[in-house]
Order: sequence, then structure tokens, then C-alpha cells
Amino acid sequence: MPRYAALIYGTEPTSEAESNSEQWGKIMDAYMHFGEAGGAAGVIGGGEALQPTNTATTIQVSGGAKGGDVVTTDGPFAETKEALGGFYLLDCKDLDEAISWAAQIPGAWLGRVELRPVIDFSGSS
Amino acid sequence: MARQGRVEARDRLQWVELNDPLDEIIRIEGGQVLATLIRLTGDIDRAEDALHDALVVAADSWRRDGAPDKPGAWLTTVARNKALDRLRREARRKPKEEEAFRLLTETSTGTDDGSDKRDDRLRLLFTCCHPALSPESQVALALRTICGLTTVDIARVFLVPEPTIGQRISRAKAKIATAHIPYRVPEAHELPDRLRPVLATVYAVFTAGHHAPVGELGARLDLVDEAIRLGRVLVELMPDEAECVGLLALTLATNARRAARTDVQGEIVLLADQDRSLWDTAAIAEAAALVDSVLRRGRPGAYQIQAAIACLHGTAPTYADTDWPQIAELYRLLEMRWPTSVVRVNRAVAVAEVAGPRAGLEVLAELVGTPTERWHLYWSTRADFQRRLGETAAAADSYRHALGCPSNDSDRRFLTRRLAEVEGAEPDTR
Repeated sequence: MPRYAALIYGTEPTSEAESNSEQWGKIMDAYMHFGEAGGAAGVIGGGEALQPTNTATTIQVSGGAKGGDVVTTDGPFAETKEALGGFYLLDCKDLDEAISWAAQIPGAWLGRVELRPVIDFSGSS
Repeated sequence: MARQGRVEARDRLQWVELNDPLDEIIRIEGGQVLATLIRLTGDIDRAEDALHDALVVAADSWRRDGAPDKPGAWLTTVARNKALDRLRREARRKPKEEEAFRLLTETSTGTDDGSDKRDDRLRLLFTCCHPALSPESQVALALRTICGLTTVDIARVFLVPEPTIGQRISRAKAKIATAHIPYRVPEAHELPDRLRPVLATVYAVFTAGHHAPVGELGARLDLVDEAIRLGRVLVELMPDEAECVGLLALTLATNARRAARTDVQGEIVLLADQDRSLWDTAAIAEAAALVDSVLRRGRPGAYQIQAAIACLHGTAPTYADTDWPQIAELYRLLEMRWPTSVVRVNRAVAVAEVAGPRAGLEVLAELVGTPTERWHLYWSTRADFQRRLGETAAAADSYRHALGCPSNDSDRRFLTRRLAEVEGAEPDTR
């Protein structure tokens, strides 16, 4: 069965107060609800929520080969308004089924969800 | 360059390798056969490979023994066996190929003439028009797979370079396979969202047939019939969608003039000069009834407006007695919804009938210097206005521009005749 990564993008909470608000609680409830529904249907093959991008560290090894200088910078690689906030792995029979599940992820109405097929290395020759 | 090579290699369906009448049979049957093979193999490339193999066998066997009674069924059977051969040669099969193998084996004994086969082209249409594909890719892929148009033909329809079309098609096919875009007609509740690209594609199929990009004007009338057939199926599926009905009415009313569009020598006859007794009045009446019923719903979209225009032409007793003011107004409404150069040129024609050729030229003025200048009908419309204004030198120049654009053989002969006429009438400008 094809596997899709549902990458959840959105604007991040800007302050501690915002992330503790009642609204945040509702969002968490909505995610719990999705997790239960997707889990019961056997669609969710994994997933994580990510800490905000102000906790991110970007690593790049210079020289284009292993063993070069390690360049460490704070923050995410790309500065965009919307940040990757988490992801699910969805096991669906085809893209249409994956779309119908992705549309139930709260991030789809709070931000956007990008569906990417996961490469299956198991059967490749 | 490597990418380019891959595109070429993938575009391996050469319908035109065979000579008439085999070519004709394949052109008519090919789309159906390919659609069925895609269902059976679950993969467009795999289906094209199989059909290609079958065509190689057909080229030899049909030429020797003549075409079989049911060429479509013959091709499907041979292609299915060829697909199985190819799969058997693949020592390690992925799960997806195992599934294709199972499908092919299961169906190889059955007769497979039921509703599955009838719906295959509709399935293929919805797959090609999946919203996960770019709009440009959707239409190109549909014309390639459902209608068997070559990338050269499609490039001419869209006025873009051929490699661009090849890339659009190969990227779309790769995405269908990689992202597992399904091969099915959507559920009833999904249909409205999926409709717009499907209608655009059916209209593109109709247009490619109504005005063939290469050869004679009517060289691809099979595409017209296919578009009308698909249009009827869509109305059956979605009777409440006004634009579905509008598209069907548009294709019916436009096609109703088919018999009068060319003379006995196969030369183009313009609307003004057509023998209206040759028009298919039954088709026009059907279209007019559809337009009446659908406009009453009060959601006039682009196809309904064009259908209304086509019906006004269809019911006019003569060219002069056509309701040009209403047609010009409908084109104005259409241009607000659909601001394309094609609509603009058509509006210019209607405006010229109402307010004279000078007013028509003014409507065309904004198109100067745009990519529309690669479209022969833009130039021939311009030329016609200039000719009617007595500006014969300018008209001749426009006809020469028109002849410099891609067009079919019928158009070229028409333009050449007109050029000779205005050159004959051209006063010495020195």
C-alpha cells in the first residue's frame, strides 16, 4: 500500500501566552480527534509534532563531501512565513484516499498540508 | 539533454507508422484500446508499451491478412498478451507489478465487453484531469492518451514548442505513477470539484477535431464525435451541472454546421457563404432546447454563453439576418469570464458586423505584439477587416503573416486564395 507523508505547514505561535491559550487547547483536541479516527481506520503509520523553528538548528558540512567543516547555524534553513510544524505518515490505497484523510488534519484548515509519496525501497531492483 | 532524450523515448506511440486504412482503424480504436490497457496494467507507460508491441504485430499481420473484424478487440487481446510477456520477463516484480500481473491474468480469459470497457475512457479522462496535475498537463495528457494526438499536433493546438508538450506529458505520467493517482470516476459528491478541468479537456478534444491542427480541416472528425460522446456521458453523470449541459449544447450546435463547412472539393466555406440547408437542424434544435433549459437556471457560465452564440448562428435564416448585436453582447459577457485572445478575435468579428470593420480592427488592437500573433486566425480576421476597408496592401500583408503561422492544409489553401485575390486587387502603391 502506498505511503504518503502529510507535511503540516502553518504560522507558529509567537508567544508563550498564545501557546497556552484556550484556542491552542481546541487545536490539540482536534489533533487528538484526528489521531483517533486515523488510528481506528489503520491509516496513520506514524507522525510527530515538531517544536517551533526558534528551536531549530541547521547543519551543513562544507566542501560537498563527508568530513568537511561542520557549519552550524541557528534557525531553519529557509526563512518562510509558514513553517513545518509536524507530519503524519498515511497508508492509503491511492492519492484520493490520502487527500480525503489529509483534509481532516486540523493543519489543513489552520495552514496547509503537503502530501508527498514516500519512496518504497523494499521492492526496488 | 538527457531529460529531453527520456521524453522522446517515452513518447513512443507512433500511430502514423501504419498506412491507410490501418492508420484509420487505429486512430479510431486506439484511444479505447489504450484506456482499457491502462485499467488492466494500472500504468500508462506499461499500457503504451503493450499497445506499441501490438501495433508492431498488427502492421505485419493486418497488411498480410487484412484487418480483423473487431480490430479494437484484436489489439486489446494482443496488447494484453504482450504486457503479460513483458511482466514475465521481469524477474523481480514489485507489489504494483504483481497486481498488474494478477489483473491481466484474470481478465485474459473473459470477454471483457461490459460496462468496464465502456467506462474506461471516462476513467482515463478523470485521471488525466486530476487536480494534482497542472492544468496544462491535464489537457495535453488527455489529448495524447484518449485521442491519440501526437505531441506535434498538441503543440500546434496550444501554440507552444513541441518539447514543452513532451515534458508536460512525461511529468504528468510520472506523477500519476509515483503519487498513485487513481484510475476511476469520482464519487457523486466529488464530481462538482473535479468538473472544471474535465470540461476544459473535452472542449479541447472537440476543438482539435473541429479544426484539425494538421492535414485537412476535417481530418480529425472522430475527435468531434468522441467529445460529443464524452459530453453526453458527463451530462448523464451530472445532470444538475449547468456547464456540463452548456458544453454539450455548444459542441452539438457547432458540429451541426459540419457538412456545410467545406465544399465538394474540400475547400473551406466561410459561415457567410455556407449552404444553410446542409446544417443538421435536428442537432441545432437539440442544442437550442438544452440552452433554453439551462439558461433558465440562472448560472450562465462560459460554455452556456458560447452555446447560446452557436444556437443564434444555427437558427439564423441568413448571415445578414443573424442577431449580431446579441452575439456581440454575448461575446462581451464571455470575455469578462474568459478573457482569452480567441474570445477577443471572435468578439471582433461580431462587432465588425454590427459597427463595421474599422470597429472590428479596434477590438483587435490590444492583441498587437502578444503571443496571439502566432495564431493564423488572428491574422486572417485582421486581413478580412482590412480587405473590407479597401486597405488591400495591409490585407495582403496580414494574409502573409497568417501563412507564416502554423495551420492545417485547408487553412493554407484558403489563405493562399485570399492572398491572391487581394494581391490581384492591390493598386500600384508606388
